[in-house]
Amino acid sequence: MPGVEGFMYPNEVSLYWSVLIVLYPFITGLVAGAFILASLARIFRVEAVKPTYRLALLTALAFLIVAPLPLQLHLGHPERSYEMYMTPHRTSAMAMFGFVYLWYLMAVLVVEIWLDFRADIVALSQSTIGWRRWMYLAMTLGSANVSPRALAIDERVGWLVTLIGVPSAFLLHGYVGFIFGSIKANPWWSSPLMPVVFIFSAMVSGIALVMLLYMAATRLRRQPIDMLCVDTIARCLFYIFIIDFSLEMLDLIHRVYEADESFRSLDFMVHTRLYFSQIVLQIYIGTLTPILLLALTQVIRLGATARKRIYAVAGSLALVGIFAMRWNVVIGGQLFSKSFLGYTTYKMALVTREGLLVSIGLTLLPLLILAVLVKILPPWPEAEHASIPEAVAAP
Amino acid sequence: MRIFRDTGHLFRLAGLFAVGTLSFFVIRAFLVPRSFGEYGHYRGAAISEIAAHPIRFAGHQTCETCHTDVAQTKNAGKHAQVNCEACHGPLAKHADDPSIDPGKPDTAVLCVRCHAASAAKPKGVPQVDADQHANGLPCQTCHQPHNPAIAAGGAK
Ligand code: HEC
Ligand code: HEC
Ligand code: HEC
Ligand code: HEC
Repeated sequence: MPGVEGFMYPNEVSLYWSVLIVLYPFITGLVAGAFILASLARIFRVEAVKPTYRLALLTALAFLIVAPLPLQLHLGHPERSYEMYMTPHRTSAMAMFGFVYLWYLMAVLVVEIWLDFRADIVALSQSTIGWRRWMYLAMTLGSANVSPRALAIDERVGWLVTLIGVPSAFLLHGYVGFIFGSIKANPWWSSPLMPVVFIFSAMVSGIALVMLLYMAATRLRRQPIDMLCVDTIARCLFYIFIIDFSLEMLDLIHRVYEADESFRSLDFMVHTRLYFSQIVLQIYIGTLTPILLLALTQVIRLGATARKRIYAVAGSLALVGIFAMRWNVVIGGQLFSKSFLGYTTYKMALVTREGLLVSIGLTLLPLLILAVLVKILPPWPEAEHASIPEAVAAP
Repeated sequence: MRIFRDTGHLFRLAGLFAVGTLSFFVIRAFLVPRSFGEYGHYRGAAISEIAAHPIRFAGHQTCETCHTDVAQTKNAGKHAQVNCEACHGPLAKHADDPSIDPGKPDTAVLCVRCHAASAAKPKGVPQVDADQHANGLPCQTCHQPHNPAIAAGGAK
């Protein structure tokens, strides 16, 4: 059989979890990371990152809407997936994820966005006409009350929602890590560190994404980039990246030192089939290079343009690195046999339901959704200032 | 009262959530099959539905009551542990009514299903590279399917 060597059990010859299952933790991680960046502004009162607060929330929403799609496309009978909500099995990690997802989407993200944008929604429902007016009117839930007191209450409730939201975001992505980490039959996955590593890598990717989106969007809108804001985000990214990398190295050192019965097999795999994606792409290009670049901006004084360029490169590399990490977890965990004697290969299809084109589409879809969301609810600071006085003026 | 006036929109949101949660339970009541959970975490009625499926495999004991000669040949060779219907396919209909002709399996596709060389197979299963080994000839030219050892002679 092509691509198979050594002794494999028959059900291990082909990979069942394709590139779509790589996208699922990647996209979910972006959601959790973006939300945690937003909560920096709100809970931890890091004023400098305020300009990205609303953008981060909308980014989280856009990606969260897409997060279950790769799973749906992977299913043989997607039309039955609702049964997970109807008759969930308590011992199924995936069934419980459905509820974690729903909780996060409905109870945290949508509520927080609604509270934060309410004044704008009311203002827009008064300033627009036609179907857009009806859309905004529906979104106000029939209440045009934007008195300072009501807004102050919203602010406090929103703070509370964010407070619940931070552990929820950890739960959401920690849970994705748990789904892999709890598979005890697979030594590549089974590790209690998995959820923690997933959370930190999620923060890295989400923060990098919002930073890139903020810089790109500001550029497109021909506005000056708030350097204090990007500098703060980049510093944050740098620290979290270091924690993330240390955790991954901790996991690695632990495995090397413990060297249990799976070690030789996994070690061989990392040196052969996963060499490019793990060592080169994930560690050298996707982790060490951006960390060094970010460290550079911390130790030497650079001009604004140089910093912006470095941030853009480091942010993009971080995204590549985190994607490679998801790839190595999901695909890597299926390349070796439970016999520890055989290896298989994964060949990505191009136009099939689980192929490359679909996954590219799924990666671009959230950006499209985000563009629509930004049209409906402009998150920019100018819009905020423009709409609130007008809204307050209206009785 | 002022506190209610300024939190009115929050109550509307809570109401929306209540309606959503309620409709979830209403929809669930309609969608979950009646017999779900009767015996375990599945649809109880599924058991009787599956039991009502027509039987497709007769089992080798049934075949052997009529085809005693084949059974004897087979039990003398290495295919003794391979079931009749593993090669011939489900034949309960034929066992009930022998006038239904089951036809003969095509050895070109049948034998390689188990004997094609594959790294994933345990070493105990005899494996051949069919193209090289058979040179395009049907397997039963040299092997008798019911007792495949060359010493036992080709088919007929
Ligand atoms: C009730 C007796 C009976 C049972 C039980 C029975 N058969 Fe038959 N089978 C026959 C008869 C009679 C023929 C037709 C006569 C012949 O060609 O030898 C036949 C023919 C066949 C043929 C086709 C022979 C040919 O030359 O085309 C095959 C193959 C076959 N049986 C397989 C099976 C298998 C496998 C089973 C078990 C699932 C089975 N039979 C059960 C009586 C039976
Ligand atoms: C390893 C696969 C295999 C198994 C197991 C097997 N058969 Fe066959 N059988 C064949 C093939 C192949 C032919 C067709 C041979 C041919 O085309 O000449 C055949 C032909 C037959 C025939 C037609 C007459 C003949 O001898 O050619 C009968 C009857 C038959 N099998 C019955 C049985 C019964 C009963 C059993 C179980 C005791 C059984 N077979 C088990 C592969 C198998
Ligand atoms: C359902 C799977 C299966 C099918 C189909 C099958 N075989 Fe086999 N065959 C086996 C197994 C299992 C053994 C080894 C049994 C053992 O070693 O105890 C075997 C053994 C053999 C041997 C070795 C015999 C010996 O004495 O060493 C030959 C030759 C053979 N089969 C030929 C064939 C041919 C020809 C066919 C097609 C008519 C065929 N087999 C179809 C499962 C199968
Ligand atoms: C030209 C005659 C011929 C044909 C056709 C033929 N074989 Fe064989 N086969 C033999 C001989 C002779 C042996 C025993 C030689 C040996 O042990 O290496 C044998 C051995 C085998 C063995 C046992 C190998 C082992 O390692 O014990 C298997 C399995 C087998 N054949 C399967 C097949 C299958 C499947 C086909 C049809 C695709 C087939 N043969 C076609 C002549 C043939």
